Amino acid sequence: MTIDFMGKRTLAVMFSGVILVGSVVALTVLGVNRGLDFTGGALIEVGFSEPVEPAIVRGVLDDAGYANAVVQNFGSETDILIRVPPNKGASGTSNQSTLGDQISAELGAKIGKVELRRSEFVGPAVGDELTEDGGLALLAALGMIMVYIMFRFTGKFALGAVAALIHDVVITIGAFAAFQWTFNLPELAALLAVIGYSLNDTIVVSDRIRENFRSTRRGTSAEIINYSLNQTIGRTLVTSLTTLFVLVALLLVGGEQIAGFARALTIGVVIGTYSSIYVAATILLALQITRQDLAVPDKESADSVP
Amino acid sequence: MADNGVFGQNLFGNRNDSKNPHYYPVWRYFVALFVLVLACIYAAPNIYPPDFAIQIQTDNSDLKIGERFMTQAAEILVGEGIHVKGSDATGKGGLIRLGTDTDQLRAQTVLDKRLNPGGQDRQFVIALNLAPTTPAWLQNLGAQPMTLGLDLSGGIHFVLEVDMESAIAKALNDEAEKATDYLRKENIRYRASSNMVQENLVRIPFATDTTRDQALRRLRSTNDYDSIVASESQGSPVVEIGIGDDTRATIEDVAVEQNLTGLRSRINELGVAEPLVQRLGRSRIVIDLPGVQDSSEAKRLLDKFATLEFRLVAKPEDRPSSLEVMSYEGRTRRLQRANIVTGDSVINAIQGLDPETGLPQVNIELDSEGGERMNRATGPNIGHSMAIIFIEQKPVIARELIDDEIVEKRSIREERRLISVATIQAALGYRFRITGLSMSEARDLALLLRAGALAAPMYIVEERTVGASLGQENIDRGVQAVMIGFVSVLLFMLVYYKVFGLVANIALTMNLTVLIAVMSLLGATLTLPGIAGIVLTVGMAVDANVLIFSRIREELAKSVPSIAIQAGYGRAFLTILDANITTLLVALILLGIGSGPVAGFAVTLSIGILTSMFTAIFVSRGIVHLVYGRRQVQKVWI
Repeated sequence: MTIDFMGKRTLAVMFSGVILVGSVVALTVLGVNRGLDFTGGALIEVGFSEPVEPAIVRGVLDDAGYANAVVQNFGSETDILIRVPPNKGASGTSNQSTLGDQISAELGAKIGKVELRRSEFVGPAVGDELTEDGGLALLAALGMIMVYIMFRFTGKFALGAVAALIHDVVITIGAFAAFQWTFNLPELAALLAVIGYSLNDTIVVSDRIRENFRSTRRGTSAEIINYSLNQTIGRTLVTSLTTLFVLVALLLVGGEQIAGFARALTIGVVIGTYSSIYVAATILLALQITRQDLAVPDKESADSVP
Repeated sequence: MADNGVFGQNLFGNRNDSKNPHYYPVWRYFVALFVLVLACIYAAPNIYPPDFAIQIQTDNSDLKIGERFMTQAAEILVGEGIHVKGSDATGKGGLIRLGTDTDQLRAQTVLDKRLNPGGQDRQFVIALNLAPTTPAWLQNLGAQPMTLGLDLSGGIHFVLEVDMESAIAKALNDEAEKATDYLRKENIRYRASSNMVQENLVRIPFATDTTRDQALRRLRSTNDYDSIVASESQGSPVVEIGIGDDTRATIEDVAVEQNLTGLRSRINELGVAEPLVQRLGRSRIVIDLPGVQDSSEAKRLLDKFATLEFRLVAKPEDRPSSLEVMSYEGRTRRLQRANIVTGDSVINAIQGLDPETGLPQVNIELDSEGGERMNRATGPNIGHSMAIIFIEQKPVIARELIDDEIVEKRSIREERRLISVATIQAALGYRFRITGLSMSEARDLALLLRAGALAAPMYIVEERTVGASLGQENIDRGVQAVMIGFVSVLLFMLVYYKVFGLVANIALTMNLTVLIAVMSLLGATLTLPGIAGIVLTVGMAVDANVLIFSRIREELAKSVPSIAIQAGYGRAFLTILDANITTLLVALILLGIGSGPVAGFAVTLSIGILTSMFTAIFVSRGIVHLVYGRRQVQKVWI
């Protein structure tokens, strides 16, 4: 059975376009919900022995003068996550790094037995630096990959691969913006891993396209690409499936702290699988790839002779 | 375009393959087997769960923690009804193994009470720890379990920023002092000024241009200064001394290094089993305190800066410009500006109680140079008074909203207090005591003097505390996720690729073992994102095998099994190489930007990529050859 992937590429372009526009709109209108690592501020996770309504905790914190604290359940009914944005206003010498102790003492006195599970404080300067470093890392990753693929394949493949990567990254961040999921350092790591994964997929497909361009004498570019995609689709799906197995396991049992990471990767792997089939190949066709682009400069490549 | 076909062929060892499709070098089996055995050995320590333990240490070289001491300590615990699994002296200290974490906490309280009676000056540091239970034969081979990151073990993580401006200002003050000392010795009159250091420059004022020029020539001839020029400031001729970029960098390095040393000894006082104190970038220091739960105690020691200055009280002949006025017990006292010695010269400080009055005191011991200076200064001044100034600095971060941007304003709150003015009864030497402090001030002063002054103040810019129970939960959940993911991948591969699936599964299992072994060997720290990296590696590691198998399936349509297998491996190799190198590039970028969580993930991911390539090439191929390589196979279950 042969699937006509390239025949449906107009549909794919429309699909990608709609999601991309949606992502960009979500990113510009809602913005990414940057977590503590990037904004600075304080975060406190406490565990009560009994289930506690976030509203009650919020009330206690309001009375104690933390009116701008964000309170939510975290993973279970007994666990509460409190986020306090960085101090605004010239509040003098208040030091947020002691907030965890203060808040858990306050909650212990007003509500009941409480355990300070986690307390984090990040200075605003550190947050700004991480935002900058994170952005730079994404750009560096894309740049280095482009150079590597240009060296190993051709410029057209490099463009296709990088376009696919940008496509995946924008949609993954877009999903985080749309649902206002918190974006922290682990999610940034996940995003870079998405780049790695999606690239892996794209390269496998590109490799086959190149090989078929060199070994097949008949057929249009679209036909050769289609043939290559059909050859690799099995492998693409199997690897994506096994990766999704473990990611879903991580998402379900890994705990709340790692859930965001797993979520980013799950979205990235699904999108990355799709983009390795459609985005890179469609761009190759749009750039009018020909046999001449892939002409072997030296003797016929040894890897086609077993 | 580059063509690496030859490279690929060599790695697969099939140079003469077109003649003999069954050719597979035997050494490959040995490499695979050898690595497998090594991996099993070095991954094994992670299976043994660690014991809860109490670690006893002391800085006092007069006290020895030997086997007998440890047996006695263990007997104390048994006497209190605590079950002790074992006790050993470890050379520098000792370790007592216990059954549960409740016993561990009780044991700590009991031992602290018995070994440090009175609770005044803590001779022994009694810390909570986890003791690995790696069997002796594995230990002898150098095998050890992975270190757990703070998010798994629980503990506190700090990042401190060293205030470089203060360090530079301090260095400039030293330069100013050096220059004026020299001018005094050369009998060149400069005009005294209380603020010679301004805008990163030292400005020494003179009465006339002639003396200024004379001073400039002489100072220049010493070749001690990076830049020294004549200038004017506020209407008077000055000599301007500046420091160059190299000197500045050295000052910064020295400041960070000195703060690191100071912090290490302060943290030793805290009694943390395995603290990590490291420089991070140019001006930051990262501190990990595993197992510590109370951050306020830790913080009290980290950013505080306390020292002493010993000075003579003003004598009638002193010039007013060389004096400073401070108040003491409601009266103003005039003191000489020049210090006899400062806290830098203190080599030991022990807090205690005055046997006569019962008030807190600190017994101080000076180094030889400080002792001599003290002796020279006090000898000719018997009957005169000496003053001791207590200086405490606390960094303060205030934030202001300026144009919707939060701006951090850092400042140092310095408290200077005259704590004692006493008549000099006799020439003082290396040892003396000071009084006039509260109990807690005496304790802090003794500790901070002992630990050494910090070269520059520091600010906490990041702090993360993870409770012990959350850490354990993270481990349990992580292990569960790895297991579920692993088993589902194994099942899927078996169903989808049958016999070859089994081969891939063996390779995957070995991949996981090698990954854990390499991480343990490298002493890499396992964090929660690190576990995520392992999970991801499990999912992605089958990729190499999947690539090979789908190639073999394709080739089977064209040729006999043995050739199809050969071709499958051969052709998939380059693809695997390309795909993995690019992923590795990304992982290295992650390593480059990341400290903490990101680095943990990047390390596991990078190692995972390398091990999965190794297992695909050496292990799975070896097994397939063992099964199918040596006979004419008619049917392949794939």
